Amino acid sequence: MRSGIFFLVAVVVAAIVFGCALAINNDYVFFAGYTVLQFIVLATAWNILGGYTGYVNFGSAAFFALGAYSSVFMHKFYPMPIPVLIVIAAVISGLVGLGMGYLTLRLRGAFFAIATLALAVVLQTLIVNWNYVGGSRGAYVVRPATVAFLGNYVHYLFLLMLGLAVIALTVARTIEHSSLGYGFATIRDDELAAEASGVPTLRLKLIATTISGALMGMAGAPFPYYIGYLQPSSAFGLEYAVNSIAMPIIGGTATWLGPLIGAIVLGSLQQYITVTISSSVNVLIVGLLLVIFVVIAPNGIVGLVQSILRRRRYERKPA
Amino acid sequence: MSANLLEVESLGKRFGGFIALDGIDLAVAAGERVGLIGPNGSGKSTLVNCLCGALGNYTGAVRFDGRNIGGLSAHQRTRLGMARSFQLPRPFASMTVADNIRVPLVYAVAARSGVHMTNEQIVTRSAEMLALVGLADKARQFPRDLTQVEMRKLELARAMAAEPKLLIADEAMAGLSHSEVEDIVALLIRLNQRGITVILIEHIMRAVMTFSQRLVVLVSGKKIADGKPDEVIRNQEVERAYLGQ
Repeated sequence: MRSGIFFLVAVVVAAIVFGCALAINNDYVFFAGYTVLQFIVLATAWNILGGYTGYVNFGSAAFFALGAYSSVFMHKFYPMPIPVLIVIAAVISGLVGLGMGYLTLRLRGAFFAIATLALAVVLQTLIVNWNYVGGSRGAYVVRPATVAFLGNYVHYLFLLMLGLAVIALTVARTIEHSSLGYGFATIRDDELAAEASGVPTLRLKLIATTISGALMGMAGAPFPYYIGYLQPSSAFGLEYAVNSIAMPIIGGTATWLGPLIGAIVLGSLQQYITVTISSSVNVLIVGLLLVIFVVIAPNGIVGLVQSILRRRRYERKPA
Repeated sequence: MSANLLEVESLGKRFGGFIALDGIDLAVAAGERVGLIGPNGSGKSTLVNCLCGALGNYTGAVRFDGRNIGGLSAHQRTRLGMARSFQLPRPFASMTVADNIRVPLVYAVAARSGVHMTNEQIVTRSAEMLALVGLADKARQFPRDLTQVEMRKLELARAMAAEPKLLIADEAMAGLSHSEVEDIVALLIRLNQRGITVILIEHIMRAVMTFSQRLVVLVSGKKIADGKPDEVIRNQEVERAYLGQ
């Protein structure tokens, strides 16, 4: 299936999802759905670097917050429609991703992960001390009650995030099926052998950090409008860093489908738990699931299903 | 273009205080089959890594195909036409055997010529490469399902897929049985007959002697002999290095 067709199918699925949400006609569905969609984008973005090239990024929250704070800045400086803000956020976080890659990609394994974590701390310190965007007090972003055509503003935000999810998934799948995807996989498997086969590993890694960072920033751009009041501790929240790692790992990191499934399962579960038990049990559940999956299904849900299917096929056709 | 494909001039490499390579001079003519031997730790693999760009910061000069390649990264050298196989096979574990071959086709051959290869072309070429080394029926398997000798062949096929002018085979036969060694030697000679210059680094003397037109000996980072194989192995210094005094 070509990327164009995939994109169209994804748009149709997204339209159906939006139609269903409208049919339910409950604002909570849009609120909760927004969060789940946001995690689909974050998880997919993380997987482009973490899953395809094998570089574990612990600084997802930094890119997300960068997107959110670029919106806050523009909101105060020169208000613009959110789609424009998303593009601005993508450019800024993409550039920061490129810069981070350039500084840290000579590091491998745990050292790369630590460096990305440090980036998040540095950025958070900068934002806390930057008065213009609210500093540690936080910033209010009052969203209009309605928007043209759709009416309800929350519906509009939901639709935007749905669009971003479609874009993120299409980008991920296109990479997977292109020579770029093969290049990424060689980096994950063996960088030395990749270089010897002519793969420009440094350039590909920079492409991965840039795309991954840009998508995370896009996910963050509408966030101030969604939450209404943005403070550094919520934008740089631990849950973004943890979830964007946990969701691809639980879903499966090898394909675009993994982060999607992981985000839907884990994201919905978290929304359910937030309402029924408490919001602080969230991270506990994520931690537990992560441990369980790393032990019993290291290739995630997708990998688990694949291995079951393969075993069935063997049993049906005894060699 | 000079007659020599590869020219190494007083190449030196040190790791901290340890001198791994000390003023190596080496010239390899196009189409030649050169054997490189030396005791363990004599700097053979370091030399390969310096030539292929996996190790930087060496002194001296390396010219390939008439061009100084100092400062070029490993992938740029591969694109210029220098390919290597690794001492321990390093396949791309998450890809099928056929996809392993696809990587150099896309990233070295297509990138070098600037011509986009269609999927059919890639599939045909990788099937050809696998047939050349005798792995045609393993194309859809994963490297973990291969035997040691098949893994070595995959390593060579992947290096060959980059369409090199010079192939550096780093201990392609270590740990293989008698007949498997002959298999690989025959394969390397076949590649040479297609016009590819080959440098073979090997411990198995029988293989080196059958294969090489010229033999180079390294001992503790220095080149101590370079010449016709049967003359070189009668060389006093070489005997001393291998057998002791």
